[in-house]
Amino acid sequence: MRPQSGLIPDVPIMNSLVFEDFNLGHFGQFGPRRVTREEMLAFAEEFDPQPMHLDEEAASRSMLRGFAGSGWHLCSIVMRMMFDGFIGRTASLGSPGVNELRWLAPFRPDRDITLDVEVLEARISRSRPSTGIVMFKMVASDASGALCEMVSPIIVRRRDGVVAGQVS
Amino acid sequence: MRFFEDIEVGQRRALGAFTFTADDIKKFASQFDPQRFHLDEEEGRKSLFGGLAASGWHIGSVCMKLLVADGQRQAREIVARGEKVAVWGPSPGFRELRWIRPVLAGDTISFASEVLSLRQSASRPEWGIIEVRNTGANQRGEPVFSMLSTAFVPRRHRAS
Repeated sequence: MRPQSGLIPDVPIMNSLVFEDFNLGHFGQFGPRRVTREEMLAFAEEFDPQPMHLDEEAASRSMLRGFAGSGWHLCSIVMRMMFDGFIGRTASLGSPGVNELRWLAPFRPDRDITLDVEVLEARISRSRPSTGIVMFKMVASDASGALCEMVSPIIVRRRDGVVAGQVS
Repeated sequence: MRFFEDIEVGQRRALGAFTFTADDIKKFASQFDPQRFHLDEEEGRKSLFGGLAASGWHIGSVCMKLLVADGQRQAREIVARGEKVAVWGPSPGFRELRWIRPVLAGDTISFASEVLSLRQSASRPEWGIIEVRNTGANQRGEPVFSMLSTAFVPRRHRAS
């Protein structure tokens, strides 16, 4: 028997979280992470140069009612908090997308952001039985409340992933 | 940018193209998504992606960049015609975002945006709500990215 290395990527699972480690319910809270005004301006200049993300005056006249970072910057910070919190030590193969994302409140500078992660669903992949699909709900909050929430699946290797891949 | 009344369902705009260099991919990933397959060519090759792959959040952020640039182009055209430019509001969110195929180092992705629906905001009568499908295709014409995105668009004639 030889490993199907062409089909199943060589994700190291030593000391890693695998599919079986993700139980339904609250998984953890991560952070805090602070994002400065300078970081927000740098991201907005490169990816989202709308006046409401660059200029105090334009921001105060906008629906944001004051300076706030790009929603895509917040998404990217959430990704980094997920990485630092658990993805960095998870046998993850990536994600096919985001089912839903809602920006709930302006992303203000210099506030502590925390990330709550919940597992909504975990099932074995039909097309790639050595892996499972874990559906996460992530909520990023600061002291004023939730800033954004998203539901997104991540493909995670199963503990017996290689064996399952060979058998099927 | 255009007002709510000037937009029709089905309107499609090409937003332009962006080439994801290896340096771009690694720079974004090292800051926001330092998974092995976004940082290293060899790790990318061994992964499901089959090469150094851009973070999905990088792809979404580049789509936003091209949407903003297209909005600025539209605004300049509107000003040149002597008309009033609409200032769009923030987006409440998106759904059904799909990273359909990997975006690998050197890929050039062309983005487009198509209007799916328009409705008046119940809570904010001076605003309309637009839903668009933003898509990206690589240099071979293969779809790589799709999302349904919502935004607040000001109405030309404010409801009283």
